[in-house]
Amino acid sequence: MLRFIGKRLVSLVVTLWVASLVIFLSLEVVPGDPAAFMLGLNAQEDTLAALRDELGLNKGAVERYVDWVGGMLVGDFGTSYTYRTPVAQMVLDRVQVSLPLALYALTLSTLIAFPAGIWAAARRGKPADIAVMGVTQLGVAIPNFWFAMLMVLVFAINLRWFNAGGFAGWDAGFFAAMKSLTLPAIALALPQASILARVMRSSLLDTLNEDFVRTARAKGLTRGQALWRHALRNAMIPVLTIIGLQFAFLMAGAIIIENVFFLPGLGRLVFQAISARDLIVVESVVMLLVFAVVLVNFLVDLAYAAVDPRLRGRR
Amino acid sequence: MTLLRIDGLSLDIRGTPILRDVSLSVEAGQIVGVIGESGSGKSMTAFSVMQLLPEGSVCSGRISLSGHEMLALSEDHLCRLRGNDVSMVFQEPMTALNPLKTIGEQVAETILIHERTSAEDARHRAAEALTRAELPQDRFPLSRYPHELSGGQRQRVVIAMAIALRPKLLIADEPTTALDVTTQAEILTLLKRLVQEDGMGLLMISHDLAVVADMADHIVIMRRGEVVEQGPAQSLLRGMRHPYSLALLAASDHVPDREGAPQDTPLLQVRDVIRDYPTPRKGLWGTPGTFRAVDGVSFDIRRGENLGLVGESGCGKSTLTRAILGLEEVQSGTIALDGAPVFAGHKPNRAVRRRMQVVFQDPYGSFNPRHKVGRLVCEPFHLLDNPPAGADRDRAIAKALESVGLSADDAGKYIHEFSGGQRQRIAIARALIIKPDLIILDEAVSALDVSVRAQVLDLLADLSDRFGLTYLFISHDLSVVRSITDRVLVMQAGKIVEQGETAQVFADPQHPYTQQLIAAAPQLPQDVRKLAHEH
Repeated sequence: MLRFIGKRLVSLVVTLWVASLVIFLSLEVVPGDPAAFMLGLNAQEDTLAALRDELGLNKGAVERYVDWVGGMLVGDFGTSYTYRTPVAQMVLDRVQVSLPLALYALTLSTLIAFPAGIWAAARRGKPADIAVMGVTQLGVAIPNFWFAMLMVLVFAINLRWFNAGGFAGWDAGFFAAMKSLTLPAIALALPQASILARVMRSSLLDTLNEDFVRTARAKGLTRGQALWRHALRNAMIPVLTIIGLQFAFLMAGAIIIENVFFLPGLGRLVFQAISARDLIVVESVVMLLVFAVVLVNFLVDLAYAAVDPRLRGRR
Repeated sequence: MTLLRIDGLSLDIRGTPILRDVSLSVEAGQIVGVIGESGSGKSMTAFSVMQLLPEGSVCSGRISLSGHEMLALSEDHLCRLRGNDVSMVFQEPMTALNPLKTIGEQVAETILIHERTSAEDARHRAAEALTRAELPQDRFPLSRYPHELSGGQRQRVVIAMAIALRPKLLIADEPTTALDVTTQAEILTLLKRLVQEDGMGLLMISHDLAVVADMADHIVIMRRGEVVEQGPAQSLLRGMRHPYSLALLAASDHVPDREGAPQDTPLLQVRDVIRDYPTPRKGLWGTPGTFRAVDGVSFDIRRGENLGLVGESGCGKSTLTRAILGLEEVQSGTIALDGAPVFAGHKPNRAVRRRMQVVFQDPYGSFNPRHKVGRLVCEPFHLLDNPPAGADRDRAIAKALESVGLSADDAGKYIHEFSGGQRQRIAIARALIIKPDLIILDEAVSALDVSVRAQVLDLLADLSDRFGLTYLFISHDLSVVRSITDRVLVMQAGKIVEQGETAQVFADPQHPYTQQLIAAAPQLPQDVRKLAHEH
């Protein structure tokens, strides 16, 4: 088990290193002068020179890379050119919105998908299964921003249960903050839950056809007992994979929903930074997102091993 | 009272008739063997007793198990009987266990599901059941996972699970088909012992007449969902009447007629071949070890000869096959066909490759299901520098198909339209199409029913006479090797431990391992075999 974790950790570090190289090379080295790019066509020569100096562009590429990575390792992500504030602080503010939102959406999606998927698989071909398949089909097909606007119309404008947008902030109290994240989380969870429920269903149906489920039935387990005790855990590997991918997507991919609800999340930060050509922010946030994705994959790998003794290696 | 009585059982699955008027009975302490080829309904008879049938099944007739009318019981009631009064052992030990649970958990579950007892007591009794199935606790503790056990050991776990509550009836559906001969013999002995100790009835399903003849008190022969003949084992074996039973008996000990005799010139020469596989590193910076799969193997195959290669799974047979075919390079030694090496300068030698073909065990898995038979059969043409095209190609395909007893029109069909035996004929046609000298038959008839197997063996004998083919016949099934080969090699742990004329080796095995293999192989009694040859 320790060896398994060790191997995964090594692969985590190597992936991060390669990612940092790719990001650095593509943003700083390849397309000409980053300072000229950031300031646009009409920049004054002395402003350019000042920015170059600030970005350290006068130094060699290797030295800049070492500075950048070294800075990140001690929490120094540089200073945003547009906002003149430390990137670390900006990111931290945004993560306080994005991370809870992603976790909230993921929890909702799992809470919906698991029962729906299991229910449909247990009643294969029956009305319950057909209903779940129909609804999830719709869930995958409906664009979530449209669904979000619909929810704003119904729950915020007509019923006035929620605010139409904005984030109350954690200072306003846990429930107030969570309340302002509720509609966005539902909008994000809907398509994710639909996909997850379908994966759960088909994976469970595959496992229910396995020989060991028949063995369990021959021992005297009822259909339901065989499903819960033997099939479900075996069906989890593809489901965990999808959950991992979905979480990674939710961290940064919530940009449209963040815009619909005026939420100051990471997605909007990246979007604004790209529009403002603030390469320092883009570079750091992208690296941070890569880190989040790799970390989630690492956790998913650990979850695989927790589920499947064959992956833990020989004792 | 009769333990199990099946009376006039008929079964339809979604309107397709599967069983018709099946009647048989099992007494306590009795072993009843059900024999039949695939599709005869023998497994479905077993699943009818368990009432674990696929959706859309309709049963009629009577199944009475120690007083319970199985067809009239509610699902709840059936669940209480399954595992408690009647248990089952399946064919595939590799997949019959849940890979995520320890063997202890899985055996204890049988007890916990039927009895209100403590987990501690269930574990204790699970250990007892595993010990009875000859998995002693000091070597196979409850905390083992299925993937840490071999196929035979897993089958013992399945058996322990089935007998944990000492059921009245045990159903074994091809319990040893997937196992090696020596393991098969051990499992059969174990089942026999458990029947004696517990006075349990055993309904044993098999396609292998020899296995059942050795075990059963009573034999039932099934074909196309019907019982064609049944009776006490000893008298039935010696007094079969139904033409199908007789055909089955004749096929199970079939020896094809062969005319050609091997020449003295060697075709394939294998000298001191060693093949190592790297094993995983020990630790992050440790050096990888090696596993020697083939260890200093040398032999010749003469032109026109049928050479057998026998050994248990994992002995290196398949590795040696891959080396001979030039699919993998060996670490040392030489393999040459007519003097030309199969591997030249770290590359397979195409000139040699096109003179060898292989036929594998799985007649379905070795074909791409999306290609038509015509395209499948001419696959080996990629080995030729100027493969025939257009009408020439079609003629070659037609000829190859006709030589294996199929028609030229079959080239336009897909592989799923053929039966198992026909698929294996297509595999042989694919091997024949580039007129090879040597054909390697890797368990080529192992998955076939006995009557189909007899036909394919006849076809192979006929082809070798007509085209002067040489066969390397790799099999774990000693009876097949015995019936078709001139000479035999016995392989154990990567080494050839014995070789010689087939008749000689079988009559007077020298090496202890060969003796053990031959003793373990189930065989029909001598007088029954004589009867088989008369039909």
